Amino acid sequence: MVAFSLPANSRIGQGRTFPAPAGAKRVRAFRIYRWNPDDGQNPRTDTYEIDLDACGPMVLDALIKIKNEVDPTLTFRRSCREGICGSCAMNIDGGNTLACLKPIEDVTGAVRISPLPHMPVVKDLVPDLNQAYAQLRSIEPWLKSDTPPPPDGERQQSREERAKLDGLWECIMCFCCTTSCPSYWWNGDRYLGPAVLLQAYRWIADSRDEATGERLDALEDPFKLYRCHTIMNCTDSCPKNLNPAKAIASIKQLMVERRL
Amino acid sequence: MAGSDPTPQVVIRRSQLGRARGLGSARAGSGHWWVQRVTALALVPLSLWFIANMMRMEGSGAETVARWLHGPVSLVLLLCLIIASFWHMALGLCVVIEDYVHRESARLALVLAVRGGSVVLALLCTVAALRLGL
Repeated sequence: MVAFSLPANSRIGQGRTFPAPAGAKRVRAFRIYRWNPDDGQNPRTDTYEIDLDACGPMVLDALIKIKNEVDPTLTFRRSCREGICGSCAMNIDGGNTLACLKPIEDVTGAVRISPLPHMPVVKDLVPDLNQAYAQLRSIEPWLKSDTPPPPDGERQQSREERAKLDGLWECIMCFCCTTSCPSYWWNGDRYLGPAVLLQAYRWIADSRDEATGERLDALEDPFKLYRCHTIMNCTDSCPKNLNPAKAIASIKQLMVERRL
Repeated sequence: MAGSDPTPQVVIRRSQLGRARGLGSARAGSGHWWVQRVTALALVPLSLWFIANMMRMEGSGAETVARWLHGPVSLVLLLCLIIASFWHMALGLCVVIEDYVHRESARLALVLAVRGGSVVLALLCTVAALRLGL
C-alpha cells in the first residue's frame, strides 16, 4: 500500500539557527531541509536569517549567499541562474519551481525550501533523478526517420508543422512537474511522469519523425501513460509555463484516433 | 550489520534503463480510457432521465412503476443506465486499486473482486428491472 507517514529514519527534526548579522533591517528566515548521508542522523530543518538588503532578489541568490557566507556545507545544484539549465529545481514555499526564477518577495513569511518531493535524496537539496533520466532515455527522444535527409540540406518543415512543437521544445527537463505529480509519487517506477510524456509528445508531434505509430505503441500501457488522471499539478508547477497535461491529453487523443 | 538494522534492504543491480523499460508496453489502456469517458457521457442524460422519472413517481405504488417500465423505451433506457453505471464503476474502482495497492497478489484479488462484484450487481439489477417490466 501507499505509505502515508515517513519511516522513522526520514522524520525531519529541528536543526540549527543562524541569526542575521547585527544591524540587519530587512531580515527573512530561510528554513532549509538538510540531510547528510554520512553522519547517520535524521534529516533536519536549519534556519538561516538573511538580510535582504545585502542579498540578490531570487531564492537562488539567498542560497548562494548562505553557502558563500554562512554555511559552506549547504549542498544544492545550480548552474545557469537564468532558468535554462533546470539544475536548481526544488520545492520552495510548498511548490516545485526553479530557485533562480523564484523571487524571494513572492513568498510571505519564512521561505521553506526542500528537495523535489518523493525522490531519493543524495544530500540536502540534491535529489537523485536517475530514474527520471532513464525513463526519458526509454522513450528514445531523438528523430527517427527511414527517409534519408536531403543531400544538400536539412529536413524541412512548414511553418505550421514547426508551430506544433511550440510549448514542447522549451522544456528544460527540470522535473518540477514530474515530482509534483501524485500519480508519479505512488507509481513512479512504472508511470513515466509528465516531463517524459511531454518529451514523448514532442517527438510524436514532429512532422519529420516517421516513428509515430511505434512511439504510440510503446506508450499504450495502463501504467506508462494512463496513470495520468489529469490532476494538473504538472501544469501548475512548470516554471517555464508549459502545459504537460495538455501534451498528455494529446497523446491519449491520438491513441483513440488510431482506433476509430 | 545483518539483523541490527530493522529497515529492509533490497539490492538492485539491474540498470536504471532496464528498470525503466520494465516489461515493456502492455499495448492496452486506450480501450479502458475511452469506455470510461463514453460511459461517463452516457450517464449524464440517463441519470437525469432516471431521477426525473423517480421524482415524478414519488409516492406511487409498485403498479405505477411496473406500468412505466412496461414501455419498451423506459425498460431499454433503464437497462442502458444499469450497464453504463456498473461498467463505469468497475473501471473507476480498478484504476483506484491500481493506483494505491502495490502488492501484486492483493491488487489482482481486489481487481477480480471489483469486476466480479460489478457483474453480479449489474445482473441483479437487470433481472429485477426485467421482472418488473416484462
